[in-house]
Amino acid sequence: MARASGEKEVEPGQIIEARVDRAMMHDLTGPRVIDSFREIGVEKVWDPDRIVIIFDHDVPPSTIKAAELQRKVRSFAREQGIRNFYDVGRGGICHVVMLERGYVKPGELIVGADSHTVTYGALGAFATGVGATDMAAVLAMGSIWLRVPESIRFEISGRLPKLVSAKDLILHIIGMIGAGGATYKAIVFAGEAIQSLGIDGRATICNMSVEAGAKAGIVEPDEKTISYVRERAAEPFNPVKSDEGAEFSETYEVDASGLEPLVALPPRVDDVKPASELSGVEIDQGFIGTCTNGRLDDLRAAAQILKGRRVKEGVRLIVIPGSQEVYRRALEEGLLRIFVEAGAIIGAPGCGPCIGISRGVLADGETCISSANRNFVGRMGSSKAKIYLASPATVAASAIVGRIVDPREVVG
Amino acid sequence: MKVTGRAFIYGDDIDTDVIIPGRYLVLQDPAELAKHAMEGIDPDYPEKARGGAIIVAGRNFGCGSSREEAPVALKHANTRCVIAESFARIFYRNAINVALPILEASARNLVGEGDLLEVDIVNGIIEDRTKGVVVRAKPLPPLALEIINAGGLTSYIRRRLGLG
Repeated sequence: MARASGEKEVEPGQIIEARVDRAMMHDLTGPRVIDSFREIGVEKVWDPDRIVIIFDHDVPPSTIKAAELQRKVRSFAREQGIRNFYDVGRGGICHVVMLERGYVKPGELIVGADSHTVTYGALGAFATGVGATDMAAVLAMGSIWLRVPESIRFEISGRLPKLVSAKDLILHIIGMIGAGGATYKAIVFAGEAIQSLGIDGRATICNMSVEAGAKAGIVEPDEKTISYVRERAAEPFNPVKSDEGAEFSETYEVDASGLEPLVALPPRVDDVKPASELSGVEIDQGFIGTCTNGRLDDLRAAAQILKGRRVKEGVRLIVIPGSQEVYRRALEEGLLRIFVEAGAIIGAPGCGPCIGISRGVLADGETCISSANRNFVGRMGSSKAKIYLASPATVAASAIVGRIVDPREVVG
Repeated sequence: MKVTGRAFIYGDDIDTDVIIPGRYLVLQDPAELAKHAMEGIDPDYPEKARGGAIIVAGRNFGCGSSREEAPVALKHANTRCVIAESFARIFYRNAINVALPILEASARNLVGEGDLLEVDIVNGIIEDRTKGVVVRAKPLPPLALEIINAGGLTSYIRRRLGLG
């Protein structure tokens, strides 16, 4: 933040005007960003090459209105010379694409017109979500006012047990500190368990830091980060670590080796219980995908459970690869075949039913177990439906049994 | 800058999906969005708020998505101010950016549902005229007040860039 604001040092609580390294918007927030940008009245965006536009919330568009809004964003991209534009069939979920196409580098300041922009902390960037008008101001000026946040540190020791994933770890953390437990603050995730996770798992953890109210969730860059970014990004970069003797407003310790598969109960993300205690909950639908758990490692974990098994009669299982790239690799690895043979339906890379807009929404009284990040009332359709949040392995296992289950009961 | 309205009281963690469900986000028109304000938790809100409303809530108001439609829907449903013990950070920024006044205060146990409130936004003073009680709020940062006074972030930036 000091670098982005041109200061030598910054302190928590200080309000700074920061230069933005990268700005991202999608098909749902884009139209309002464009309206506000027109209202400001600047003709050209500050730097078209620092802007990325990715269609994911309703792809391909399911209504005439959505198609019209996408056309509006598409022509804005053309008019402004924004080349980093991912239309239907070219990208996938914005937060998956941003990482895999090299738009995120350690030490950068990134803003996105989407709350889950915090995902990019997986690569050591400071990334945060903003609303449409804030984004319009960034497009016009390339800068944004930000309050320097206090930081909370989570030191995660040990290794996650078999069939216990990054999702279970972040659900445990949110259960500990609550849905507002990190409001206005940044969370730094560190320790052996974090270092042993791949980039996909780190993305899951940072993605859900906003569910505790965090402004950013950050994993310090290591060798894995550097090799991941080198394979993808064209330009050089400068990793940033916590200052020597950095002060944290709170520090928590968690032993990963003691965790088990967890589930967040509707309608609260911080109402977290072991999957094994919820075996009485019958489900109508399972959903594997989203910016939280739609990456290759997530699909591999689900396929491991579903291989040679069948989704229970009366249960629908929806699997949505997070991007075209994840889709292609899942195809090459034979994962899609496993899903189809198990009786799952595979959706087009995008947000799917997570935001209650495109296919897979829920009817009154239905229950879904989902690998997404939010279980708010009405999130996936009917406000009388219930959403339980869990890991891809737990969702897959539950779809086989027809009720919520600890995946270790299905694959011993 | 003073606003008045009837108090409507809600709990903790009122999320953006209940303030304006995702399926309505394609409605770009603020008046259309306003018809669905608070639909996920209180479908009668637009009707109740008709004569001017002040929302009084608990912790972490506006948690969830970055959708600016949440404060836009509230504002156009005649919400004059939102008072909460704390706000989720994106909602906080969005409300200021669309010039919906917000204040941080613990007021929900001091004011009653339907009470007439008068709120001094600049000085952070909330007066319950029905009960004759005064609650002090944390004052807004000067930059936030400037943006609200300008009528929102777009007007504020137009001025700053010398565009009018």
